[in-house]
Amino acid sequence: MDIHEYQAKELLAKHNIKTLPAILCHNQSAAYNAFITLASGVVAVKAQIHAGGRGKAGGVKITRSADETKNIAENMIGSKLITTQTGKEGKVVRKVLVEKGANIKKEFYLSLTIDRKTSKIAFLISPEGGMDIEDVSKNAPEKLLTVLIDPQYGVKSFHILRMFLFFNLERHLYNEFSELIPLLYFAFIQEDMSMLEINPLILTAEGNFIPLDAKVALDDNASFRHPYYADFTDEDEEEPLEVKAKNVGLNYIKLDGNVGCMVNGAGLAMATMDTIKEYGAAPANFLDVGGTADSKRVETAFNILLSDKSVRAIFINIFGGIVKCDMVAAGVVTAAKNIGLTLPVVIRLEGTNAQDASELLKSSGFNFTIAESLADGAQKVAKIVHSINKQYNIKKA
Amino acid sequence: MSILIDQKTSVIVQGITGKEGSFHASKCIEYGTKVIAGVTPFKGGTFFNETVPVFNTIEDAKKNFKIDATAIFVPAVFAASSIIEAIEAEISLIVCITEGIPSVDMLNVKSALKSAPSIMIGPNCPGIITADECKIGIMPGFIHKKGKVGVLSRSGTLTYEAVNQLTKSGLGETTCIGIGGDPVTGSSFLTFLEMFERDDETKAVVMIGEIGGTQEEEASEFVKNKMKKPVIGFVAGKTAPAGKRMGHAGAIISGGKGTALEKLSIMEKNGVLIAENPSVIAETTVKALNK
Repeated sequence: MDIHEYQAKELLAKHNIKTLPAILCHNQSAAYNAFITLASGVVAVKAQIHAGGRGKAGGVKITRSADETKNIAENMIGSKLITTQTGKEGKVVRKVLVEKGANIKKEFYLSLTIDRKTSKIAFLISPEGGMDIEDVSKNAPEKLLTVLIDPQYGVKSFHILRMFLFFNLERHLYNEFSELIPLLYFAFIQEDMSMLEINPLILTAEGNFIPLDAKVALDDNASFRHPYYADFTDEDEEEPLEVKAKNVGLNYIKLDGNVGCMVNGAGLAMATMDTIKEYGAAPANFLDVGGTADSKRVETAFNILLSDKSVRAIFINIFGGIVKCDMVAAGVVTAAKNIGLTLPVVIRLEGTNAQDASELLKSSGFNFTIAESLADGAQKVAKIVHSINKQYNIKKA
Repeated sequence: MSILIDQKTSVIVQGITGKEGSFHASKCIEYGTKVIAGVTPFKGGTFFNETVPVFNTIEDAKKNFKIDATAIFVPAVFAASSIIEAIEAEISLIVCITEGIPSVDMLNVKSALKSAPSIMIGPNCPGIITADECKIGIMPGFIHKKGKVGVLSRSGTLTYEAVNQLTKSGLGETTCIGIGGDPVTGSSFLTFLEMFERDDETKAVVMIGEIGGTQEEEASEFVKNKMKKPVIGFVAGKTAPAGKRMGHAGAIISGGKGTALEKLSIMEKNGVLIAENPSVIAETTVKALNK
C-alpha cells in the first residue's frame, strides 16, 4: 500500500533519521498558523497525494509569508492535481504539509527496493537529485549506481563507501553519511517497506543529509505485525469501488472498458481481460472472485460490477477445479435473481460438472449466453457489447 | 520419468490439522500421494484421518520416517518459520502453498536456502503434480493425464486452463509446477527448465508468466542458450495498468518495467514459441511438437 509523504517521514523519524520540522494542515488557517509556528522565514507547502511528480505539477510551492502560505493552501486544498503519475483524472488534494525551508547545497537521488532477481535489498542512487529517475536511467545510466545488500549480512562499511565515493563528497561528510545509510536500511526492513524513495535527499549548508521528499510503499502482507498500517490507509486516495470490493474480500481493479469481468484466479483474470481486448472489446475491470465462487460471493461481485455504470455486458469465466461448476452456476442464477439482473451475461464454466452447469444455466429463465472456451466467450461478449454500443449511438444521434 | 516427484515420494504435510491443510491433505491422499505424516504444534501423538500420524515438529517426524518432500499449509504469520524448519531438516523438496507471507520474511528464507540442499516451490502457489503419480498441492487432480509436456506457471487457475487443454489435446503432462505469484519465491522458471531438458519423458515445456519482475526474460535466455526442447510461452497482463497489483503480490508493473509486451518480445527473440491467447496454448504446443 502507498502512504503519504508526511506518514513516510514519520516512519523515518521513528528510526532516528533527520527530517525537517513540518506540520500537516487540513485547511488554510492551519497553514497560516503553521508558518508562524515553524518560524523559519521560508516554508514549502506540499500537496499530500499518493503520487509522485508533484513539484512539476504545481503541488509544491515555496513561500516567505504567512498570508501567502494561507493563500497557497487555500488554492491547493480541494483542487485537483494532475501529475505524470496520477493519470489524466488527477487527484483531489485534501491536505498539505507545511515544511520548514532548508539551506540546500546539493541534491541526490536514493531509493531502496527488493531486488526480485537476487532476493537482496537494492540501494539505487544517483547524484542527479530531484530528477525523474526513469529519465536518468534512459539518458544517463552512468549516473546510476545499484548497491545490493544481502539481508543475511546487512549493510557493511564498504557498501557505504561505494555510495559515498559515487556521490563524490568531501571526506568530512563521511561520518554523517555513514550514519544515515544503515538507518535507512533498518527502517526499510523493520517497517516492511516494499519501496522507499528519497528524491531528493539533500545535503544542507550545515552538512546534514535530510530526505526532502519521501515516498514509501508498505508490504500489505506484513500488516499483521504493524497495527499502524490500518491507520495509515487513506481511502480517499483509492478508487471507491476498489475499497468497497476490498472490504468484502474481493480483488477488484477498475479499468476503462465496458465488459465487466468475473473470474476465479488472478492469472486467469488477467488472461481473460487480454482476450477480451484481442476480440475488439475492452475490459471494465479486473476481478478475482477467488477459489470459492459461491452464490454469496457471486452476488457481491455482481453488485460491484453493476456499480460501474459503464459496464454494458458481463463475462463470467470460472475454471472449476476444487469448486464444482454446477455449484457455481446455481450461485450465479441465485445471485442474478436476487439483484434482478438485466445486463447480458456470457458464461464460460470449465472443469468439474461443466455439463450439468450449462443445463442449469439454460433452464434458469435468464438469457445467459453459454461459451465453450475462453476465446469463444470473449468473442461472444465483444459482439454483444458492439451491438449495444451501436444501438446506444443511434439513440444518442 | 518425470521431475522431482513420483509415486514413491514420501510426503509430510505441515499444518495438516488446519482447515486448508486437512482438506487438501485428504485430496492429495485420494490422488495417490504417499502422505506419511503430518506436523502441527501440540497435536503430536494424534492421527489425521485415523491413519496418518501427526507430530509436533519435523524433527520428531524425521525420527520415524524418511521424508522426501513437505507441503506447507501453515498460516502466513508462521509460514516462514515452518519453511526454515523444513530447510534445517534438509528436506529435499519444500512446497509452500500459503499466501500472504511478507517479502522480508521470504528474504530470510532465501538466505537459508542458499546454503541448503533443499529446493523450494512457492509460496502463494498451487504446488507440484506428476500426472497419475503424486500431487503435492491444491490443483484439481482429474484434469491431469500422464503425457509429454512439462508445465511451469506463476498462476493457479490459468495453469489449470492450460493443463486441461493439454490433456484434451491428447498430449498430456509429465510434471506441472506452480512457482507462485509473490515477488520473492523459493525458485523460478530457471530452476526447473534445466530439469525438464534432462527428463526423457518431457518433450516440450509450457511456461506461463505474467507481468512483474524479469524471470520470464531470464528463463528465455536459458531457452536460447541451453535448451533443445521447444518451450511454449504465454504472459498474462497485456491489458494490466501500470502500478497496480493484479491480484498476485508479484504481478505489478513498476517504474515502467515488467510489462507483458516487453517480456513477450524478449521471449520471442530468444526462441520461445508464443501462444497469442490462453485458448491456443495446447494448439501451439501441438504445432511445436509436429515441426
